[in-house]
Amino acid sequence: MISMLNLLIGLAMGLNLVALGSSRLPSLIRTVSTQGIALGLMPILLESQHLNWQIMCVAVATVAGKGFVIPGLLRRAMRAANIEREIQPFIGLMPSLLLGAGGTVAAVAVASALPLLPEHAGSLLVPGALASVLTGFILLIGRAKAISQVCGYLILENGIYLFGLLLIKATPLLVEAGVLLDLTVGVFVLGIIIDRIQRAFDSLDTRKLTALHE
Amino acid sequence: MMIVRMVLWIVLAPLLPGLINKVKAWVAGRQGPPVLQLYYDLIRLCQKGVVLSTLASPAFVVAPAVAWVAVAGAAFLLPLGPAGAGVSFRGDVILMVYLLALARFCTAWAALETGSAFEGMGAAREVSYAVLAEAAMFAAMLSLAVQTGSVSLVGMLSPAPGAGTMLLAAGMFIVLLAENCRVPFDDPNTHLELTMIHEVMVLDHSGPPLAVILHGASMKLLLFAVLLTAAVLPLGDLPPLAAAGALAGGVLLVTLGVGLTESFLARFSFRHVPLLLTMAFLLCLFSLLVAWKGGEV
Repeated sequence: MISMLNLLIGLAMGLNLVALGSSRLPSLIRTVSTQGIALGLMPILLESQHLNWQIMCVAVATVAGKGFVIPGLLRRAMRAANIEREIQPFIGLMPSLLLGAGGTVAAVAVASALPLLPEHAGSLLVPGALASVLTGFILLIGRAKAISQVCGYLILENGIYLFGLLLIKATPLLVEAGVLLDLTVGVFVLGIIIDRIQRAFDSLDTRKLTALHE
Repeated sequence: MMIVRMVLWIVLAPLLPGLINKVKAWVAGRQGPPVLQLYYDLIRLCQKGVVLSTLASPAFVVAPAVAWVAVAGAAFLLPLGPAGAGVSFRGDVILMVYLLALARFCTAWAALETGSAFEGMGAAREVSYAVLAEAAMFAAMLSLAVQTGSVSLVGMLSPAPGAGTMLLAAGMFIVLLAENCRVPFDDPNTHLELTMIHEVMVLDHSGPPLAVILHGASMKLLLFAVLLTAAVLPLGDLPPLAAAGALAGGVLLVTLGVGLTESFLARFSFRHVPLLLTMAFLLCLFSLLVAWKGGEV
């Protein structure tokens, strides 16, 4: 089972790269949603020996939320804002790709130095989590369009979720549900803000949001 | 047995471009050329004469032949599931990659022999893409070697793949598209000199040398499809007949994938090609990391 889990984490790490390398917003959103689905399947694999209804709930809610609801909200915001691609990011595609790759290599190196529980030693959960958090940071810092930054935030949250999987036995269902609900509401609110920014400035470039008005 | 293997490679290779064209025609709702079209083309070309540039040295005819022999040699080293490899020794994977590089060098050399500016440009483009594609290829081979602890192709390709499989498959598929000049990198059907890469290099070839080049290209495509399938599927764990079936099915699936990619993607602008190839390299590098850190469990 752990090899199957590592396969999915490997997929998530690859999707981080694809997210860093894609300039079109639809493909970025698709990447984030695929990563969400891959992450949603992980609790089932992790606890395949003793499945209970709580873990199934977490898995179903994560797949539905991260794989379908949140990307759907983002697509709606994108259609309303009528933009298709990131033209001039702060950090170019190639440098951000290389930064992300460097971050992933560093994450793998650092994770092997951390004092982990013996049952987590062979899994890629910790390097995958660190790599996703770093990728999310790079997207948040390096992109100018608000929708790309929301995607960066989602990848960052995916990394935190991967960390959370280490403690899945100890975390109550209510906490997981609360996190997922927060995330959905957050993206929902950001969708509305994006629509407002678009109407006020005719652009989603966050570089224009520097001066305060009354 | 070895003769049967080589005959199989030579006879089956021109089927793949035909299948790809059929998939593209099917997606576009056309009837398309027959699947055996490349066979007819090869026979037609073999009956024609050769037009030689006054500038060309004998290398213009010799280089395509050397390139074909190099690709055939690389194909000979590649294990075909239960049949094993033609020859296998420690480090044959490096020989295979360099035989492919030799084939590329010879094609570029023959292109330069014509003295045409366009062909020089095409050769320059082909070689500069190859630098990045080769790095990705070596990262992929290294990750297979780390995963299996073996440096011969038979040992590397037969066991079940580990956690990095998906990354490896994605990276190697991009390498396959780049090495064989398929759509996001180059359009095999284009006739605009300014946008061509591989096609521009063979523009002034004619008759039997052109047939040799076309056949070599199809054999290289089959080689990469077999390599990708063998790297992803655990062929060594299956009974021989099932492994042969899985290999054939995998190659057909890769062909279908190439056809669909060509149908749904446009050619990338030159600026974007290094980005995609770097991504392929990094995907293969990640699969190396995963093999190294997560493979021992």
